[in-house]
This record gives sequence, structure tokens and C-alpha cells, in this order.
Amino acid sequence: MDFPDDLYYTEEHEWLRVEDGNVAAVGITDFAQSELGDIVFVEIDPEGTEVDQDGVFGTVEAVKTVSELYMPVSGTITAINTELESAPETVNNDPYGDGWMVKIEMADPSELDGLMRADDYSELV
Amino acid sequence: MADASNTLQTTPLHAAHEALGARMMAFGGFDMPVQYTSIIEEHKAVRTAAGLFDISHMGEVMVRGPQALDYVQDLVTNDAERLYDGRAMYTVMCQPDGGIVDDLIVYRLDADTYMLVINAANIEKDVAWMRTHNVFGVTIEDVSAETALLALQGPEAFAIAQPFTDIDLNELSFYHFEEAAAGSFMGCDRVILSHTGYTGEQGLEIYCAAEEAEHVWTTLLEAGADHGLKPAGLGARDTLRLEAGYCLYGNDITTQTNPYEAGLGWVVKLDASDFIGRDALRSIKETGPARKLVGFIAQERGIPRHGHDILAPNGSVIGTVTSGTQSPMLEQGIGLGYVPNEPTYTEPGQSLTIDTGRRTLDVVVTTPPFHKTS
Repeated sequence: MDFPDDLYYTEEHEWLRVEDGNVAAVGITDFAQSELGDIVFVEIDPEGTEVDQDGVFGTVEAVKTVSELYMPVSGTITAINTELESAPETVNNDPYGDGWMVKIEMADPSELDGLMRADDYSELV
Repeated sequence: MADASNTLQTTPLHAAHEALGARMMAFGGFDMPVQYTSIIEEHKAVRTAAGLFDISHMGEVMVRGPQALDYVQDLVTNDAERLYDGRAMYTVMCQPDGGIVDDLIVYRLDADTYMLVINAANIEKDVAWMRTHNVFGVTIEDVSAETALLALQGPEAFAIAQPFTDIDLNELSFYHFEEAAAGSFMGCDRVILSHTGYTGEQGLEIYCAAEEAEHVWTTLLEAGADHGLKPAGLGARDTLRLEAGYCLYGNDITTQTNPYEAGLGWVVKLDASDFIGRDALRSIKETGPARKLVGFIAQERGIPRHGHDILAPNGSVIGTVTSGTQSPMLEQGIGLGYVPNEPTYTEPGQSLTIDTGRRTLDVVVTTPPFHKTS
């Protein structure tokens, strides 16, 4: 199982990649997609939604189960991955790449300090 | 998920599942494969080619004695009198109040010998129930542990199994079975080939001794590879049975449901015998059940799930979803649930709403099967 070094991780199995200044991409980890199995719907709150740290920003539905998505840091959703609407299985196939879910403008980048890095996360799972 | 795995039972194929890299989960007290690669992939393999399931967790109970027929007639709601050697039937057994103890398949092996196949989670409860109601002095033997059961299901199932048996599978009608001559099926001592299943596809359920299960499993997987056969887990078993509109004990039927409201009135033969629960079921039939199990298909993205509330158009809660999933064939959410037995809720085409907890989901009442087998 793959946990890239440049990402931040949460106990709820989301990842975050700082992309450009205060903007970060967020998705779910390889472990999460594997546990969920075939993902058939991803529902994400619309652009402009303000989300608290650990707040719910959407749900991901697999055949067997449904799981909520928790935001690793507080901020405002600036983009959502609309490709997932017609191809939700992308999250299974490429969780850290084309399977990204949202981009967020971080309100307080110091919150990153409280997140896990790859070493800690791979130990957790 | 499987943190109770040290207390779980295993089937004779447990090592084979782990060797295939299956994801395991607890089901009915057993550590069972939920999927090998992907539920959707395994589901589609069964619909288009074939899938092989380990369902050895199911229970088998042998009933023997000169009054075996009288005993079975007393125990189950369907009419065992119409069985003959090599004929099986689906039925339920009920409490005196009509609540369902379990659903099961009754096989007539000979006039004095019946095999009852029951759900894994109910083995202990059912066997106790059977012994309690043994007024006919039959021998009741739980052979679940020494019996393995494999389900080979899908349009290619017969073609895959045919080379291993002299029994003409195309002549084996639905709910008929035949015991293979000793040694004739892959060298196995004793094998029953039954044209039954829980997927809505043509297929076999293969009963064999626990110690021969791995040989049968491996041989079938090898022989079926060219036909597109895939090992399939309980995840696909659940999505397949739901697309076919079959009830799952513990979800859609329980001791709190009766066969009429569950749409299983066809297995209740009130005039065949004085079976347990007959009086209660007769009066339920006369007055009509208060609620009914209906099927529904989501009209928008979203999946009905077990436990979700069912809402009337005015928003009031009228029932509960008992089973729900994403249909891999329809690519829509499908489900079963109980609603009041009024045409405005039960007629095909009526609109209902599911409360998923996070949002609502519009569904339309639809008579199962949701997927029609060609």
C-alpha cells in the first residue's frame, strides 16, 4: 500500500497535499479506498462552502457501505473534482492523483502541524 | 471489522480464500470472504459468465426416520408431500404466531431421509427448534461442520461442471438435484449436485465432504478460468440476491415478520398439513397483512441502506429499509422495505422517499426482480 511522503494524513484516512500557497488538495487514502471497496458515488459540498477542521464535507458511497469525508484543516472549498461524478471508481484506481476530491483555501496553515506524515500514518494502518 | 476473529468459525476453504487474497469479514458467526477483487467485478462475472462461492457456512441438518415426512410437514409451511426423491423446495418454518424462524431448502433424499439447509447464523437456534418439535421420533443430525457447500452460478456454470459428471445438467430442472455416484465427480466420495441458487442465474449448489472441498474448489476454478469463472464473495452474493429480489434472513425476514407480509405467501400451504403457525397464518391471510415488503429503485444518485426510514410523500415515516445496495447491473440504488399494506404505498410506480440520514432519496416502487435474467 502506497503512502506518498509529500502528503499529510488524518486518522479518518483523508490525505492533504499543499499545492500552491494556502491551497491544498484533499482526498482519501489508498487504505481508505481499499477498505471501502468499489466506490459508486462521491458527494461533496459545493465550491464556496466553509468547512471547520474535522468537519464533514461530503460522503463517499461504496457498494457495501457509506462513509463521511472529514476535512483535515479548516478553510473554504475552492474547487471540486467534477470528474468523480461520472467516474467515481477513479478514487479506487488513483486515490492520490486523479481521485482527488476537493481543493481548499486553508484558513490556518498551522493546523498542518497537527496532521500525520507518511511514517505515522502507515504505522496507524 | 473482524476483531472477534478468534471466536469466529471457519469453513474448510478458509486457507484457499486467504491464498487468493480475499478480504474477510464476520458473517453469521463465520470468517467469510466478502470480496476477492471487487464486488462489482465478481457480480458481473456471475451475470455474464460464472462465479464460484464458498457457502459452507450454511447449515445442513439430516432428518431420518419412517415418519420423516410427517415431521417435515409439521415443521415447515410449504407442502413436503409433493416432494419426490431428487426434488427440493424452498420454504420457511414459523413460530406459532407466524413469525419466521428461518427460511430453508428441504431436499428429499429418499422417503425416510430429508436434508434441511438453513442459514449459518441460525444453526444453533434452528436445531434446538427442530429438536423441541420432534413429536414424530425422527433422528435429527446436524452435519453442518462436516459438509461443505459451493455455489457455481452463472450462464456458464453448467458448461464448467458438465465435464466432471455423467449427470446431464441440462436435464436437471430448477429445484431438482442428483447425488453423483461415488468417485464419479472429481473422485469425491459423496457429492450432491443441486440446481438451486441465490443469484437469479442458472447454477449449481454442490454439497461435498469438508475434506474434499478444497479439491472441488480448486478444480472448478481451474476448469472455469477459460469460461470467465471468478471466485465470488459474500459482497457479490448480497448484491446478486437483492437484484433477484430474494429475501435475506436477519434483514428482510425475521421472527418479527410473517411470510405473507414478506411476499412469501407462495410457500405457505394452509391446507397441506397442520404445521406450526398455521392458525396464525390463516388469520393473517384472511385479514390481509398490515404491512408489505416492497421493492424500490432510486430515481437519483444515492443508495438506500438497511435501517433507513421510508417516508410518504407528505414526509411522515411509514416504514424501514431492510436491504439496500447499488445495483451493479442497473447502476441505480435498489432496496427492499416494509410499508403499510395500502395501494398508495405498495403499487408499482408509486413514489416514496428514503431518508438516508444526510439527505432524502426519491425512489419508485418496483416489483422485483430488479434485474431480469435473460
